[in-house]
Amino acid sequence: MMAVRIFVPKDATACALGADAVAESILAGAAGRELDIELVRNGSRGAFWLEPLVEVETPAGRIAFGPVTAADIEGLFEAGFPGNSDHALSLGPVEGIDWLASQQRLTFARAGWTDPLSLGDYRALGGYQGLERALGMEPQAIVDEVKESGLRGRGGAAFPTGIKWQTVLDTAADQKYIVANADEGDSGTFADRLLMEADPYQLIEGMTIAGLAVGATEGYIYLRSEYPHSRTVLTEAILRAEQEGYLGNGILGSDRNFSLELRIGAGAYICGEETSLLDSLEGKRGLIRFKPPLPAIEGLMGKPTVVNNVLSLGAVSTILAEGPAFYRDFGTGRSRGTLTVQLAGNILRGGLVEVPFGVTLRDLVEGYGGGTASGRPVRAIQVGGPLGAYLPESQWDVTLNYGALANIDGMLGHGGIVVFDDTVDMARQARFAMEFCAVESCGKCTPCRVGSVRGVEVIDRIIANQDREFNLRVLDDLCDTLENGSLCAMGGLTPYPVRSALRHFPEDFGD
Amino acid sequence: MNSSAVSLQEIVESTVEAHRGKIGPLMPVLHSIQEKLGYIPGEAVPMIGRLMNLSRAEIHGVMSFYHDFRSEPAGDHVIHLCRAEACQAMGSALLEQHARARLGVEFGETTADGLITLEPVYCLGNCACSPSIRIDDDVYARVSAEQFDELIARLQGEE
Ligand SMILES: Cc1cc2nc3c(=O)[nH]c(=O)nc-3n(C[C@H](O)[C@H](O)[C@H](O)COP(=O)(O)O)c2cc1C
Ligand code: SF4
Ligand code: FES
Repeated sequence: MMAVRIFVPKDATACALGADAVAESILAGAAGRELDIELVRNGSRGAFWLEPLVEVETPAGRIAFGPVTAADIEGLFEAGFPGNSDHALSLGPVEGIDWLASQQRLTFARAGWTDPLSLGDYRALGGYQGLERALGMEPQAIVDEVKESGLRGRGGAAFPTGIKWQTVLDTAADQKYIVANADEGDSGTFADRLLMEADPYQLIEGMTIAGLAVGATEGYIYLRSEYPHSRTVLTEAILRAEQEGYLGNGILGSDRNFSLELRIGAGAYICGEETSLLDSLEGKRGLIRFKPPLPAIEGLMGKPTVVNNVLSLGAVSTILAEGPAFYRDFGTGRSRGTLTVQLAGNILRGGLVEVPFGVTLRDLVEGYGGGTASGRPVRAIQVGGPLGAYLPESQWDVTLNYGALANIDGMLGHGGIVVFDDTVDMARQARFAMEFCAVESCGKCTPCRVGSVRGVEVIDRIIANQDREFNLRVLDDLCDTLENGSLCAMGGLTPYPVRSALRHFPEDFGD
Repeated sequence: MNSSAVSLQEIVESTVEAHRGKIGPLMPVLHSIQEKLGYIPGEAVPMIGRLMNLSRAEIHGVMSFYHDFRSEPAGDHVIHLCRAEACQAMGSALLEQHARARLGVEFGETTADGLITLEPVYCLGNCACSPSIRIDDDVYARVSAEQFDELIARLQGEE
């Protein structure tokens, strides 16, 4: 008889919820009963509310159990685990879990199915087909396919990826670079992390294709230091891809070269902005650069550089494997492919949701999310990270795409959705937006560096009811100054959470 | 690695050497020295400068720009407590108060016994299961005040 395969995720959130102890208890329980099992540490499926999510491979598919703690393991074995799934924690076949089954997984199709580091698993599930196709194509043809797919950057600014690549392809240089932006600093986001920890080769493949497309032979992944798990996975994945000929000189026996290096950030939110990131990669303070020149023309070390978000680069693997029409046909209007959001904060069923564009914020938070974790009413939702607006209930029927959110002064950004219940104090949230800007400002422009500090003080005075009318006007002026006088979106967008809090929740600002 | 066994000069030299030929090697060099020693000693700065052809001011400028680099040793363990929005929505402000009181330190400080340094962090990517903290390289989810105390007791028990 073959060993029964049991899966326990090794993702950071799963581990934060005790997955390592669960794995150890399963090994110990099986050893004590002389059961023949093979324990696989897979990636997470992103259904974090069910983590640690244990799966057992059976002839009828994978049977899921969750959320499982180490304390549950003895009871599970006593009830006949892994052979018998009759247990209160059993969720039945993993493909029957509605929260997952109703999603449309494109970028996250493989997440959770495999051992993230197994190249065999990756290939068996369609991996590296895109690269194999790309190796037989002219650079321009690759760039054309990315353009035709309609892919827009997933890091926040939603710039068409194909157009960026065209600029790099068209700029002659002795050296070009591919940089993956894995700085994922927005609160409420973890999609990049999930991809890197569950399906790292997808990123590596996408970067390699990008290299072939624009003529770059070196790539860097700039990973935030707050993600030690991702660091471990990526370090090993790069090594294995090198050993198997997917990276390095003569990729897959061709005459094309592409090498990849992992670089670790050092705890600066601003280094997620691409020009600050490039300065950081060059070993400098992460100051924002003036644009132009665009990084596509003068990027890393002054050379033409593709800077793309992890999800954008990942999507390229799918686009090259399945063709641009496949990807484009998933979307509507100017929003192509799938919508990736992260349900976070005070949410009952938090995690990664990848669905067709077209759903509303309410569908996501009430449907997938199941409302708050506290059981209290939802009061405010911040969409798009710390620079995104706080949306009141009257705006929750907005359709989540780039255009509809912009119409209500919101932004999709990297897809973070942070839910707050009715105990939230919106004046404190507004204050925090200013505080965060003060802590993370790169310091290059005065409105951002000094204005944010003043913003905190002024909001404190408003909360304390000192010269309320006057200080509200001062705050309004400060917001104008930040919006108009900032070089980048850090200072430029900080007024959005502040003003939305004021506009929609004035009752929290004293009277 | 013990700095008295291997001199600081040797550590700095081997670290800089290991990164030679790379673009922008300063950050990886600083990270690597900090990983070995727990911080970047003041005496290391001119050594790095000489070997990498950088001024002290440049190196200090970089070290002070990034939250991660330390010029003083940290405690045996570093706790990063998430202060960002998703964790706020799950009561991180109370956890923050509790942590300060329990440890008797403010952010950036180390407990008197040298065991724990408390640092703020803005998101650990664990925002679906907030509030989150990180102890060294382990992340913990849905951390209550009680669980925080248990984790601290465990660190103290290891002594
Ligand atoms: C303050 C600030 C922070 C940013 N942080 C990130 C980040 O963490 N990750 C990211 O991919 N893009 C971030 N961006 C956007 C990048 O500047 C850039 O647009 C992006 O990396 C381009 O990749 P894309 O076209 O694939 O989205 C940030 C921008 C700003 C202004
Ligand atoms: S707005 Fe702030 S973060 Fe952006 S360049 Fe100016 S000072 Fe730096
Ligand atoms: S906001 Fe705390 S982990 Fe993301």
